[in-house]
Order: sequence, then C-alpha cells, then structure tokens
Amino acid sequence: MTTLPTPAGATAVAGAKAPVVVETSPAQYLTFLLGGEMFAVGILNIKEIIEYGTVTEIPMVPPFIRGVINLRGAVVPVIDLASRFGGKRSEISRRTCIVIIELTENDERQDVGVVVDAVSEVLEIPASEIEPPPSFGAKIRADFIKGMGKVNGKFVIILEVEKVLSVDEIATLARVASDGGTADLSGGTPSA
Amino acid sequence: MDELKQVFLQESGEQLDALESLLLELEAHPDDETTLNGIFRAAHTIKGAAGMVEAVAVESFAHVVENVLDRLRNHEIAVTTELAALMLACTDHLRVLVASEAGTAQMGAAEIDAQTASLLARLRAFGPGGQVPQAPKTEEPGVQRIPSLQTGHNCWHISVRFGPEVLRQGMDPENFLRFLETVGNIRHVETLADRMPAVAEMDPELCYLGFEIALESAADKQTIEDVFAFVRDECQLSILPPNSKVNDYVELIESLPEDTLRLGEILVRIGALTADELSEGLRTQAMDDGEAPAAERHDKPIGEILVAQQVVQPEVVAAAVAKQTQVSEKKAQDAKLIRVPADKLDHLINLVGELVIAGAATSLLAHKRSDGELIESSSLLTRLVEEIRDASLQLRTVQIGETFNRFHRLVRDACKDLGKDVELVISGGETELDKSIVEKIGDPLMHLVRNSLDHGIEAPAVREAAGKNQRGTLLLNAYHDAGNIVIEVADDGAGLNRDKILAKAIERGLVDPDTHLSDREIYDLIFAPGLSTADQVTNLSGRGVGMDVVRRNLQALRGTINVSSQAGQGTRLTLRLPLTLAIIDGFLVVSANRSYVIPLDAVVECVERPEAEHERNYFNLRGQVLPSVCLRESFSLAGKRPARESVVVVQYAGQRAGIVVDRLAGELQAVIKPLGAIFRHLQGIGGSTILGSGEVALILDIPALIKISGQAEQRLLARPEQRSA
Repeated sequence: MTTLPTPAGATAVAGAKAPVVVETSPAQYLTFLLGGEMFAVGILNIKEIIEYGTVTEIPMVPPFIRGVINLRGAVVPVIDLASRFGGKRSEISRRTCIVIIELTENDERQDVGVVVDAVSEVLEIPASEIEPPPSFGAKIRADFIKGMGKVNGKFVIILEVEKVLSVDEIATLARVASDGGTADLSGGTPSA
Repeated sequence: MDELKQVFLQESGEQLDALESLLLELEAHPDDETTLNGIFRAAHTIKGAAGMVEAVAVESFAHVVENVLDRLRNHEIAVTTELAALMLACTDHLRVLVASEAGTAQMGAAEIDAQTASLLARLRAFGPGGQVPQAPKTEEPGVQRIPSLQTGHNCWHISVRFGPEVLRQGMDPENFLRFLETVGNIRHVETLADRMPAVAEMDPELCYLGFEIALESAADKQTIEDVFAFVRDECQLSILPPNSKVNDYVELIESLPEDTLRLGEILVRIGALTADELSEGLRTQAMDDGEAPAAERHDKPIGEILVAQQVVQPEVVAAAVAKQTQVSEKKAQDAKLIRVPADKLDHLINLVGELVIAGAATSLLAHKRSDGELIESSSLLTRLVEEIRDASLQLRTVQIGETFNRFHRLVRDACKDLGKDVELVISGGETELDKSIVEKIGDPLMHLVRNSLDHGIEAPAVREAAGKNQRGTLLLNAYHDAGNIVIEVADDGAGLNRDKILAKAIERGLVDPDTHLSDREIYDLIFAPGLSTADQVTNLSGRGVGMDVVRRNLQALRGTINVSSQAGQGTRLTLRLPLTLAIIDGFLVVSANRSYVIPLDAVVECVERPEAEHERNYFNLRGQVLPSVCLRESFSLAGKRPARESVVVVQYAGQRAGIVVDRLAGELQAVIKPLGAIFRHLQGIGGSTILGSGEVALILDIPALIKISGQAEQRLLARPEQRSA
C-alpha cells in the first residue's frame, strides 16, 4: 500500500513529477524486470509504484487479469504482464511491485496496475538510441512494442502501454472468458 | 448573458412542462380557477423570461397566447376541447421556439415561421384578445385630453429610475431599453446620472441610472409596464400616455427625485412638452398646491401618487400590485428549492462513501483493541454516518411520478390520432429512484406506452365486440423490490399474438421453423431487432426498431425487461432497474477466504446447509425445493468445500434461490466502487467495495449470478449429448 521504499521507486516517483520533457531531449523510461528480461515504459504515464499487496481476484476473467486492489479508496485493476505476453503468471516475490499506469482511452481516464518482478531504474534513452521493433522474434505481439532501446549495448523492449493495456481489448477478452461461449447476448434468437 | 440564457432555457422548459400538465388538467376540469391561474402564470413567466434574454420570437408568441389565456381567465371565452388542443399545440410550438433560441430546433426557420403564422391565425379566432395588439389604445379613459394643451407629440412618456440593487440581481438596464424597442419605437432617451456619487464613493456594482424615454408605440399601458415587470419592485416607474395633460407631466416631474427644473428641461428636450407649456404648468401647480411639502409626497408610494394624479387607472395599479404579490409568492416557493450542480452532489456522495469506509476501519480497530469507550464512541459515530449517508443519497433521488405524468399528454394525443379511448392509470408515482436513471428511463418508457396504445389496446368497437369496456386502461406502476425498482406498463388490450410473432420470426429467419419454443420464449422475440407484427407502420410505432432499442437501453442501465401476455386480456411489461445507489446495505459472506457482498435487500434469511445428501444444487427448505448456487463452483474458487456451509436465501423477482457460501460475516454498509471499463462485460458481479480492513470485496449481482449459473448448467448438460433433446 505504501510507495516503494527502494531508491528505484523513489527515483521513479520523483521523475514523474519532473517538468514535462521537451521532445528533442532524451525521454525518460522506467525499466523493470519481467521473467529475467528488461522492459521499459515511458515515465509520463506512470503514476506511482507500490508494493505487491492484497489483490482481490475476480472470477471468470482471463488469467492475465490478476484482480483488483484498493489504491487509497479507488479500486484499480491489476494486470499480470508476463501472462498478458502469453507466458506464465509472475511468481510473487519480495521484490514484486505493482506499477500504476494512467491511461486515457475513449476520453476516459483509467488507472491500471501491472505486476512486474522488480523495478530497476529510470533511464534517459535518446531517440537516436531507439531502434524500430523487430518484425518477429521478440515473442511478443509486435504492436505491443514501441521500440528497442539500446542501453549499455543491450536491447531493452520499450512497451506501447496504450496497446498492452488497451481497455477495450482487455474488456473484450474478459467478456469472452466470462461468457464461455454463451448464446448471443444481444438478440432474442434462441441458441439453435 | 450566456448564463442568463442558460437559465432561461432551463426555466422555460420547466414552465412549459408545467403549462402542459396544467392544460391537460384544465381539459378535465374546465372550471378550475386555480388551474387557469396557474396556466396564465406559466405563460406569463415564459414571456417575461424570454423578454429578458431577448428571445423575441418566443416572447411575442407567448404574448398572444397569454392574451387568449387572459380572456379565458376573465370568462370572456369558455374552455373548449378545441381551445385546449390549440393551447397544447401552442405549448409545443413554444417549445420549438425555445429550442430554436438554443439552436437545437429540429425544424428549419421557415417551417417555424409558417407554424407561428398558422397558430396565430387560429388564436385570432378566439376574439380580439387573440390578436396581436395592433389596434392602438391611445385613448385611455381617465386621462383627459385637453386639446388646447395638446403637445402635438404622439409619444408615451416613460420615466424610470432603476433601483441601486438592479445590477446585482442580474438585470441590465440596457436590456430593458432594448426590450422596450420590441414594443415600440424609442424616439428619444435621456439618461439621468444625477444620483451618481463622486468616483471615490461609487460602487460599480450599484446602478445609479435613470431614464426619460419618449416611446412611440401602439401598445397599451399594461404592455409597456410589463416590460419592466422584472424590476418593478426595484425601480420608480411612471408612464404617461400620449397627449396627457401638461399638469400630469408637471406632477410627474415633481414626484421624481431630481431637480424640477432640470427634469423640465429634459422633457422639453425630449419633446414631451414645450417650454411655454412647462412654465405654465409649473405656475398652475404652485398655485394649486401652495407650498405643498414635496417630501411628504415622496413618502407616498409611487402608485398612490400616480393614482392621485389620475395618471394611472386604479385597476392598473391593482393589477400591478397583484402581479407583485404573485412574483414574491413565486420567489418564496423558489427559495425552498436550491439548484445544485450534479457534480457537487456526486462529490459529496463520494466523500460520504469515504467516510463510511473510514468509519468502518475505525470501529474495526476499536473492536480489536477491546476498548469499551472507544467502541461506544465509534458506534455513535457509525450511527451518525449512516444518517448522513441516507440523507445525502436522498438528495439524488427523485420521484418517478413526474416522468409518469408526462405520459398523460402522449396518451391523450395518441388516442385522438388513433381514435381510441384509453384511460391512463398511474400508481406508485412516489417511488423514488436515482435521478440519472429517471432521465434515461423516459425514452424506453415512451416506446412501451406507444406500443401499448398502438398495438395493444383495440379500437372501441373491437373492444365492445369482445365484451370489454370500450375504454381501455393503460397502467403505469412502480415499486421497490429487492434492491431494484420495478416499473410496469400494463394494458388490457388484445395481448400478444403468439402465432403471428412466431410466423414473423420464422419469416425473418430469426428462429428455425422446427424449434419448439415456449410462450415465454416467443414473447421474448418481440425484442429481437427488425421484428414488428404490426400490419401497418403508423407514425406511432410498428417499424420494428422500438423494442430492440428499449431492451438495449435498459441493458445499458443494467436493467432487464420481461413481458407477459394473455390473449384477449392484455400485456404486461415489467422493467427491473437497479437503484444504483452509491452505497447499499450489504451482507458480507466469505468463500475460500474471499469476501463477497450480497445486497441486503435481496436477502431473505440465512440457514445452515443441511447435511449434504447429494452433490446437486438444491435442497429442502422447510419442505420446499430451493435451487442454489454454490459460489465456490460458480467462481471456480480453489480449495475444498468445508464440512459446514451456510446458505443465504435470496429473493429476486418473486423467485427464491440459495447462495451457498463458506461462512457468514454479517451486515455492512458497502460503498459501491465501479470495477471500471475493463470489467464492463462481467456478469454476476455488480461492483466492488472496500472493507474496513482495506480489502476489496466484490458485490454480487444476484439476478445475473442466478442466470449465468443456470446457463452454465444447461451448457454442461447439452454438451455430452450434443443436444439430442
């Protein structure tokens, strides 16, 4: 429930409050670990990072929706990123965090939490150091990747959060999961 | 100014609603004076408000309507069906005009004008009062004209001194002048700023101005006076008809606060008087009055002075006084209502929600510490918070009666169009529900009512042949049931034609001809898109889009609609809507260490699950079969079922069912937190709430839960046999 006491967390929060980055200057990214791999997310969308606490599971939803948490009185859904990418759910460890990301979709603001194995640091990655995503081979849907950032000679996958956490898409997936192939909801047509 | 217009649009909408319902009432009770007065007042208010925002079209039309109403009020003409219908048409037209002021009119300007003209022509049939006042009433009885002193100047003279508070009340003197121009032609205006103090003492929010106006107009005195109706209390106003006696002018001058000579000069300048006339008049006056103390005259109310001067007919003053009383009565009524922006209310309710959660946390803590005093004080706090919660939720609820009452007009008009005789019976109008739902339920209800009128209730001849009362009955009813509000639309018409619906559905390819359907399933087909059993498409319904849209609208409100029908007896549509209150009383249950909240309204009783004799989901409740839903099964919760389970017996739509849970954890107040867009398709769960411990608990949507459990079971049964049945 409390903000992450680790230095990484502190930097991230401070970074989010920093003045808006001018486009030409290198953008800041929060990097985190997921299944031993390094990922990055633009820092402007990040509201805060919290410790992994009590997550209330929601029945009849796809496994990548872990549930909801109480974020100071607001109920926020939590997405398991590893599972969203098609893998297994993250194992919860001492370093597991929930990164709260603010999304704007269809003019509606929605906070969504994502489970990550560990938060590392906030990096400045200049645009010149970002390569376009590979057409295949990343084992992640291509539209989830915004670009490949070069950090210390290694590639970091920069995520397109609007796509990864697309409320519309997740809602549709959740619906499919909860219906379990129920008859068409909209019409009076009996399931024949 | 924009804000003023906003207020005008809103208020005129309300007044038009009132006007309409009063007109309908008048039709039923033509002799009711109170109704008539109410109608007149509503029309007058619309006119006045329109004038304030310079909505000329609305204002002038309302004026003509008002004239006819005035004649009605004075018993010069009688209330007839024709007149009532015309008045209703005028009300509709006023609505159009108001909409066109707002820029939201559905019609083009030419069409509106044409309609205005045709209505005006019809209004004219109701006597001179119905005419646009063009015939000049120059000759006011009681005002003697002395030809020798005639000024040769054919203008009304208006002198007005605005009260200091006028600006603060949102009135701009300039608007009155502009409005005056709609009554006549302003020939000359002289602005008096004598009361203006030195700059240092001047308060920019006060009005210090007065005007002397020469108005060329064919309007009568009342009309001109009405221009100033909104500030009548605040300002000093005197109106002299054209060709008044010089003495009248003189007395006017003396009654005004400004210096006599200066005013005299102004009048001369305006052309109301000539210099000679003025000096002559002043001399006569001085001789008549001697040294009449001017101050004394000031103390008298202006009305009295004017009457004494024969400037105004006593009746006119009486009317003005009556009007002022009306206005202040209305103000007193308004004071009892406060307009509050909806988002402020929402914010308040959110805060109360937080308060409830925080309160629960505190009382939990108090119990943990086993501190008697703390427990006591926290329970007092809890009680108060509960009261605040109820009171603040009440703020948002409205009675549904108002929505129902609007259908009187619809039923009346539709009956005329269709040649049917239908009585609308309303009950449960006092049932309260959230305002946001009331707003959205109007359209679906309208569809249903129209359908009943058009397809349901038969023509009088047909009814008589069927041995029914010629007059059909349409019932609108509302009541609360298990945390839902139920709205019923029932008619005693022909009922749904089962075979026709089925045939139509097969024709449209909506159902397989071989399928066997129950009556209920067939009736449900009326909600399928594109299905209409009407042989003819009328302007009321029959296009086959209505019911489909109705159902979708209701689903958007998380409501349901059911239809039951009996051939020859009628049709009953039952709408169920959640109250969607932000906070509900809930019953906390636990399954597999997770907390769930069942809305308390739905809970009938709690029992221990009888010894599990079988794995099936029903058991014996005092001799009755009670189907049940096991939360662990439905939600695929991990872990084994405990040896002892509890059952919460819930009631929904007259049906009972059991919810099998691990254990019961008592009542609580649940602040509903929406789960957000991601979970919008989730069925069986209505929302979430935060417990005192900080844990999020899911609120069960009982009807949906029962439904999906039933569906899941059917799927399970259908699968192995590949639907052989």
